[in-house]
Amino acid sequence: MNDVSLSPASPWRRLLATLVAWRRPFVRALPTAFGVVVLNFVLLQAIPGDAVDALVAEAGSATAETTALLRQRYGLDKPPVAQLGDYLGHLAHFSLGYSPRYDMPVMDLILARLPNTLLLMSMALGIALSLGVSFGVVMATWNGRWPDRVLSSIAFLLYSTPGFWIGLMAIILFAVQLGWLPSGGDATIGAELAGWAKFGDTLKHAVLPAFTLATFYIAVYARLTRAAMLDVRTQDYVRTARAKGLHPVRVTLRHVLRNALLPLTTVAGAHIGGLLGGAAVAETVFSWPGIGRLTLEAVQAREYRVLLGVLLLSSFLVILANVLVDLLHARLDPRIKGN
Amino acid sequence: MSAVLAPRFDEAPLLDVRGLRVSFGSHAAVRGVDFQVAPGETLALVGESGCGKSTTAMAILRLLPDHAKASGHVLFGGRDLLALPEPALRGIRGNEISMIFQEPMTSLNPVLTIGEQIGEVLRRHQGLDRWQARARAIELLDRVRIPHAARRVDDYPHHLSGGQRQRVMIAIAVACQPKLLIADEPTTALDVTIQAQILELLRQLGEEFSMGLLLITHDLGVVGQWADRVSVMYGGEVLESASTERIFSAPGHAYTRGLLGASLRLDSNVFYRNTELPEVRVRADATTGERSFQLETRPAPEAREARVVTPDTAPLLSVQDLRTVYKTARGDVAAVDGVSFDIRPGETLGLVGESGCGKSTLSKTLLRLVDPSAGRIVLEGTDIASLPPRQLRAHRHRIQMVFQDPYGSLNPRHRVGDILESALRVNGVPDATERRRRVADILDRVGLPAASVDRYPHEFSGGQRQRIGLARTLVLRPSLVICDEPVSSLDVSVRAQILNLLVELKQAFDLSYLFISHDLSVVKYMADRVLVMNGGRIVERSDDQHDLWTAPRDPYTQTLIRAVPSPRFAPPPDDAVEPPATVEPVAEVAPSFLMWRFAV
Amino acid sequence: MPPTTVLPAPEGTLAPPTWRGQLQSSLLGSRAAPDTPPAPVVHTSRLRDRWPTTAALLRLPGAVIGLLLLAVIVGIALTAGVFFPGDPLDIVGQPLLRPGEDAAFLLGTDHLGRDIAAGLAHGARVSLLVGLTAAGVGVTVGTLIGATAGYFGGKVDAVLTWLIEVFQTTPSFLLVVVIVSITQSSLEVISVVIGLTTWETVARLIRAQFRALLSSDFVLAARSIGFGHRWLIFREILPNALPPVVVTASVMVAGAILMESSLAFLGVGDANKVSWGSMIGGGRDMLRTAWYLTVIPGLALIVTVFSLNLIGDALIEAMNPRLRGGAR
Repeated sequence: MNDVSLSPASPWRRLLATLVAWRRPFVRALPTAFGVVVLNFVLLQAIPGDAVDALVAEAGSATAETTALLRQRYGLDKPPVAQLGDYLGHLAHFSLGYSPRYDMPVMDLILARLPNTLLLMSMALGIALSLGVSFGVVMATWNGRWPDRVLSSIAFLLYSTPGFWIGLMAIILFAVQLGWLPSGGDATIGAELAGWAKFGDTLKHAVLPAFTLATFYIAVYARLTRAAMLDVRTQDYVRTARAKGLHPVRVTLRHVLRNALLPLTTVAGAHIGGLLGGAAVAETVFSWPGIGRLTLEAVQAREYRVLLGVLLLSSFLVILANVLVDLLHARLDPRIKGN
Repeated sequence: MSAVLAPRFDEAPLLDVRGLRVSFGSHAAVRGVDFQVAPGETLALVGESGCGKSTTAMAILRLLPDHAKASGHVLFGGRDLLALPEPALRGIRGNEISMIFQEPMTSLNPVLTIGEQIGEVLRRHQGLDRWQARARAIELLDRVRIPHAARRVDDYPHHLSGGQRQRVMIAIAVACQPKLLIADEPTTALDVTIQAQILELLRQLGEEFSMGLLLITHDLGVVGQWADRVSVMYGGEVLESASTERIFSAPGHAYTRGLLGASLRLDSNVFYRNTELPEVRVRADATTGERSFQLETRPAPEAREARVVTPDTAPLLSVQDLRTVYKTARGDVAAVDGVSFDIRPGETLGLVGESGCGKSTLSKTLLRLVDPSAGRIVLEGTDIASLPPRQLRAHRHRIQMVFQDPYGSLNPRHRVGDILESALRVNGVPDATERRRRVADILDRVGLPAASVDRYPHEFSGGQRQRIGLARTLVLRPSLVICDEPVSSLDVSVRAQILNLLVELKQAFDLSYLFISHDLSVVKYMADRVLVMNGGRIVERSDDQHDLWTAPRDPYTQTLIRAVPSPRFAPPPDDAVEPPATVEPVAEVAPSFLMWRFAV
Repeated sequence: MPPTTVLPAPEGTLAPPTWRGQLQSSLLGSRAAPDTPPAPVVHTSRLRDRWPTTAALLRLPGAVIGLLLLAVIVGIALTAGVFFPGDPLDIVGQPLLRPGEDAAFLLGTDHLGRDIAAGLAHGARVSLLVGLTAAGVGVTVGTLIGATAGYFGGKVDAVLTWLIEVFQTTPSFLLVVVIVSITQSSLEVISVVIGLTTWETVARLIRAQFRALLSSDFVLAARSIGFGHRWLIFREILPNALPPVVVTASVMVAGAILMESSLAFLGVGDANKVSWGSMIGGGRDMLRTAWYLTVIPGLALIVTVFSLNLIGDALIEAMNPRLRGGAR
């Protein structure tokens, strides 16, 4: 190998490279977004009966000609590819269809509930990351000794327990026995609060569901951090750091942890999808008005358009989260191109 | 040859190691090691893998993993490093004693700039602030000859090549002007030209800072050129300690003699057709546990005449204008760029080049594992470069390869017998009995027991696995065998056995070899003619009129030959390597420890 | 000549390059790393030499406990029809009997008067069935797609990777809910659908393994000997690519069981079968009074998933000696 190396570019080229790097994850996400749309479309076609059948059922009955006319009017007699085109067109106008039961456009319905779920998810993610990573660092530092064993067992239990069960147990403990926190809903009924008081009230209601949602991921991040740190500890550059005479704390934080956190960011994007699924369960247990509970209501009411709307928007949320995680990862790891 | 700073033997030793023992659980890696390093001296700890030299080096600064137990005394500046409390030891690490390691590619933190990593050690021991540390780091980068230091100081390690990363490691190590530098195989992972530069740099810095150097290595050439004194290690013990001159001209211990005899040097005149390499065998007495080292040289070479090769014999393989192009993100890269050569039946053609020259791409192209973009490969009359896969199959068995890495070249899930028999089955030997017979025969030829057929590769040692690889290659009775760095991953003593085996098999099976290696001494021993490859092209070739070794013409070849470390002292005359008449036992050996036999 | 002990030298090699060393140690869980001395070939037990991973596995306490617990659960599932004949959905006694109150119903009855113990036993069947089927489907589909993508590369790889990404982006649980509500919520459908929404983990794993192994020396050697695609995929690469999948499979079983229980809890599961999740869902309204309706099936779930995770963890440890904190 010739002793040649790559020198980073001049400041202008660096700026250009950064911009290009920012654009790249977005561009890469486009085919996935398209695929998600196609998947949803396929599922839409798989629904037994279509919108016209639903209308006809509501109306009682209709003749064959009326049904055919209605189909034509709504564009439901076109070949699938053309219908896909229609669907894409609707999406471009941010339209996901109409929900008869709630009597509003599906998009509005979902957007009304989305912030609640986002609040829950961000709280859960924050809790999971802070607690999980801290536990993981402790477990790795005292590897093999009792703090590691105790925390590992706890993490293992959390990992093996269904979220809804933890939620129910939490209700029994904190709401029923201790009475510290409310057992459901997102606001205290009857109290007309505003401003900071309302915010505080919402937070109080969000604590239990957020924690329930977070438990599985606390375990995941703790185990991941522990494994990553143990692996990084065996790396050559950690030995170099020790040979420099640096203090063990400095070695752990500056050399081990910084590198161990990299695989964490890679995994975090995949967890957004899991959090959304978990939110469906947590919101049901705690009667939290988010899109998770909306999903359940839609299932029971056979509101397929709402269901698929939720699925599509959730997938887009995951794509967005992945793009952000990619960018974050590129910031943290200088080996990724564009830095 | 460059002069080494005169070591000051009259002063108290810089480092005094007494009775050092290190064990990992029940396994004793280091069993009572003694040596001293005088101020300003370079002491080499030499031995093959598993002898405990790296463990010894790491034990000095207590860098071993937690479950390792070390005992004994390591005296430095009047203090016993093994008994020192941690905070005091941390004050010595990187400050009075520094260490550099073998793998430069992984020894630097990938998320910190090299300026930050150099500055770290300065801020820790000399209390500099960020800006002072950065300025000093630039000075140090300059001192270790990194060009454009002021710009490179903010680079991340992945922007640097292996040789440059090792220079950064050296900069970190000498930043606080330590009294002793421990270098654990510092150039093993680097090309020979880079190796020469790094070792020269170490010597200069040693002079400038009056630094002692403890050099851990397995390469006797490096030892011969750069060390003042040598300690030879085996099995966790020091077998012999003497000045370099003494070791090279009059080695005392049989093992040292064996190592020297088995290592090849560019300035010696051994050639495979007239000399067989001596092999070291270690025998362990089952009852007393005593070890004995024996040097074996086998009978005279009359019996080893291979086929006589004349210039007008039709070539076995004729490569004409071969080009292989890879498509990368940065455009097309021609890894093989217009290569032409012939191999005559019965000859060994050597190919020499450093990493990245294209030699591995060339061998893959010849085997059609990678498709060439242009050119012809005429093997026994047929151009296999452009054959479609179906027709190619009939020709595949004619040209086979022995791989470098004995650990990666055998499928860990297959038994040895299956590996060999399936190769025969897919190449047109339908009869099971016939297959078994041929498998048993080839195993015998390569020196493996017949019971090997039922074993998995992981049950064998590295040298044995290389023999299995050879068996797989030869069971198909090829005409041409490509040996791609077949002994580069093996210890010196094992190397001799495999090289001797290769020569023996070549004659027995009437083979021709394309012998590829970065190690010039090995190629000089093994090859009838030599090609030198650089940047995808053949830059020089030897033939019957032109001897590359004595009169290289191309500047690259000249650089290459000059970079090979050559001992400052003449090798012992050949008769000094004769085996002693009796088997020599080693005194004072603990009867309970596990013996490692050398013969493989 | 004094008798000699024939021992293979453990070294004879310098340290292998990193990815090969890692591949070797992760595949074999072997002690064949260069720095440690091997036991003499002649004298050790065949188990430790031939099947080092299995031997290492059985030495880990986690694996033993996990396997025992799982065996108990499997036993209960298999004998459910013997000890608790009839449909667990049948009303057999007074509602809301507490555990231990009535000798005939050791674990009590639910709000309709159904036997909780019967529900537990039959629920074990449901959980294991769903878990194994879903994992089976997921591993099969994932392996096929991942192997094809990893081996053939090029356009095939691009298309299949796109497919993997689409499925990875869509939240699995929501997708299952949607598909199950569109089709039907029978147990068979649920199992298959769970498998069809979780295969992408296996596919990514297998694809990565294939791509790494394609450039390994033993595959190159096999190609140079003249083996064809089918041999290379199934006999050379796949056996070496599978070990991490085994670990993933145990985790997938656990995940499928959890998913099915969540579905049943929410009321989206199979209404005709008793599942631990449906038992918990049914007891939800009586949290304050009859908490045992929720706790007991929950504990059963925890024990089952716990044992599977123990086995999965033990497998990881058995296959990778570095995590054991061995010598460098």
